[in-house]
Amino acid sequence: MELSTRKTLDRAFSGTGMFSICLMTASLLVILLPVFAKGIKAFVFRETIENRKMILEQFHRGDSAALDIEWESARTARQPVYDAMQAFRIELDTLEGSRRRELRSSFREVESALQSLLGPEPGSTLSPLLRNRYGQTRWDRAQVKLQQVLFREAWDYSRPGEAGTRQWIPRKQTFAGTRLEPMFDHLETKLDSMLQPRWTFYWRFLSDDSRDSHLFGGIWPEVLGTLYLTIGAMLFAVPMGVIAAIYLTEYARPGRVVQILRTCISTLAGVPSIVFGLFGLAFFINTLQVSSSKSVLAGSMTLALLILPTIIRASEEAILAVPRTYKEAALSLGSGTWNMILTVLLPAALPGILTGIVISMGRAAGETAPIIFTAAVSVGKPLTLLQTLTQPTPALPWNIYNLATEHAAVEEIRHVQFGMVLTLVVMVLILNATAIAIRARIARRMKG
Amino acid sequence: MTSSTLNVARPRITLEAPAAPLPSPVDPGPADAAPETPHVQAEQFSILYGEAMAVREISMVIPDRQVTAIIGPSGCGKSTFLRAINRMNDLIPCCHTTGRLLFDGQDIHSPQIDVISLRKRVGMVFQKPNPFPKSVFDNVAYGPRLFGIRNIRTLTEIVERSLSRAALWDEVKDRLAQNALGLSGGQQQRLCIARALAVEPDVLLMDEPTSALDPKSTARIEDLIAELRGDYTIVIVTHNMQQAARVSDFTAFLYEGVLIEFGQTRKLFTNPHNKQTEDYITGRFG
Repeated sequence: MELSTRKTLDRAFSGTGMFSICLMTASLLVILLPVFAKGIKAFVFRETIENRKMILEQFHRGDSAALDIEWESARTARQPVYDAMQAFRIELDTLEGSRRRELRSSFREVESALQSLLGPEPGSTLSPLLRNRYGQTRWDRAQVKLQQVLFREAWDYSRPGEAGTRQWIPRKQTFAGTRLEPMFDHLETKLDSMLQPRWTFYWRFLSDDSRDSHLFGGIWPEVLGTLYLTIGAMLFAVPMGVIAAIYLTEYARPGRVVQILRTCISTLAGVPSIVFGLFGLAFFINTLQVSSSKSVLAGSMTLALLILPTIIRASEEAILAVPRTYKEAALSLGSGTWNMILTVLLPAALPGILTGIVISMGRAAGETAPIIFTAAVSVGKPLTLLQTLTQPTPALPWNIYNLATEHAAVEEIRHVQFGMVLTLVVMVLILNATAIAIRARIARRMKG
Repeated sequence: MTSSTLNVARPRITLEAPAAPLPSPVDPGPADAAPETPHVQAEQFSILYGEAMAVREISMVIPDRQVTAIIGPSGCGKSTFLRAINRMNDLIPCCHTTGRLLFDGQDIHSPQIDVISLRKRVGMVFQKPNPFPKSVFDNVAYGPRLFGIRNIRTLTEIVERSLSRAALWDEVKDRLAQNALGLSGGQQQRLCIARALAVEPDVLLMDEPTSALDPKSTARIEDLIAELRGDYTIVIVTHNMQQAARVSDFTAFLYEGVLIEFGQTRKLFTNPHNKQTEDYITGRFG
């Protein structure tokens, strides 16, 4: 082969390699940037006075005197709206039949949209549902609600053969000439003083529990549940995995059996996680009955099984990479095998073992399928350590899916979903960074 | 390899009388130097890797408190024989032995022997310096700690004594807490010797201890061996004949797993009885 051909081939290889690395980085950014941009909205946003009221009443935080003053001015700004509503109700009864029917149904829509924007009208009975007691807590959502008060969504099917087009019909037109008409302009111009938005940094999104299934409050039960499940899985998987790796490398007589065992472990690593979930349900809960129903304990055990192959393989590699001379030195000094493993082999293999633990920890924290059957519920309180033995828990991966697909008000709580994703990503990154730091420290200490 | 060569190459083994007093080396020298019951002696001792024989029916008495060198070309079984003395061959799965290898009158390979206490009395230094990735202190204290010495003052004494014994104390006394892998190759090897001495063995096995070292470090190790002679029974495997001539009192020449000649170093190098020995030490083969 000619020199120029060889050089071209070399360049082609490094070019392809660099291209795929760049592609990977780019796709990572494409995923991470929106997650960060949208997730941060759960923490930093413009809160309305309704949010401050909710926090004070539900979480008992905030300055109640200052809120009273704010509330007074907000109430003053809202009064014309309520007055107009009241006046229109009286006017409605005086209207004749067909016009009355038409306006009544439209007025009901205005009423409900207004309630979700500003909260219940003064004097109305207290709703048992928290979501009906407060208006919009977030200014960005308030803008959407305002749109719904001001406009009616209608579809134009007038042109046959084409898809219908959406139209926004101003309600001001509908109610033209009535006593409700001025309210719309007032609402549009004065919404600021009615809701008094203000920038806030809601870091307690992490440490508050949720109210009314995530419409208000934070995600502490989910964060805690994820920590419990991850740490629990590690408690089971790390000792078992490392000891299994030691057995395979140090004690087992190399031969057919060990070969079969290794193949089994590799196969186990490729089993779909939902199968592990089903197994956890069937074995830990139904057969062993470690708990009467879903529990953190059962979930941890299932996750442990899932990550066990990764830990075994990584530990095995790490142990095999320890120079044989260390082993020989320890044994020649009169160390027994067990002692040699503890004092020489494991310390030297620790960085590699930690790498395996890091990888599987991230996996355990983010795995959804195994915990659906064994540990996860959609809504729950933060658990105490003792409760983890018997109680199920909400957990970030499951709740991200659950909130995005099965929540009654998916649109209302987009910020919570993205906040959870961001939290999960950051949690995994922190776990990894810690382990990498520990690993680097040990490796440095061993190099001398 | 034909069997005729093998037969020729097995002249000194007393096949006819295995129960008789052990075949002493060529010269009466070792009998004078060694005490009544020699620590290590082989009786028709063979080592097999599966079917292949690595060491063939060696019978020899390793004299106490002397330096015995084992020389021979690569693959002649000298390291295998050395490693049998503290049963390091146990690590190799298909390795087994026949005949007897005695330590203090007991068969090293009998099931009754406690390998750990055997290895405590038979220390070993390896071809490549292999300190643990721990501090200098922890390296030397590893053995004593294994045998239950926890008292820090006792440990410090042992560490200092062993390091001084290995002629390393002056160089490392200020950095006992530092990682041993930061030492130079020669220092690391002397540290390994100190580590082996810390458990106060009777026998010290050295498997080509200077093959990975530069000439200056090699000279230091050789000086050290000379100093340790008289206190320890040292068996050193080397493929450097000059080294064998310099450091040892007795030399054994192995070829193809067979002990060709064993005798006082001076005599063996100046006046070998066997033709093969002569060929080897004069560099005609090997």
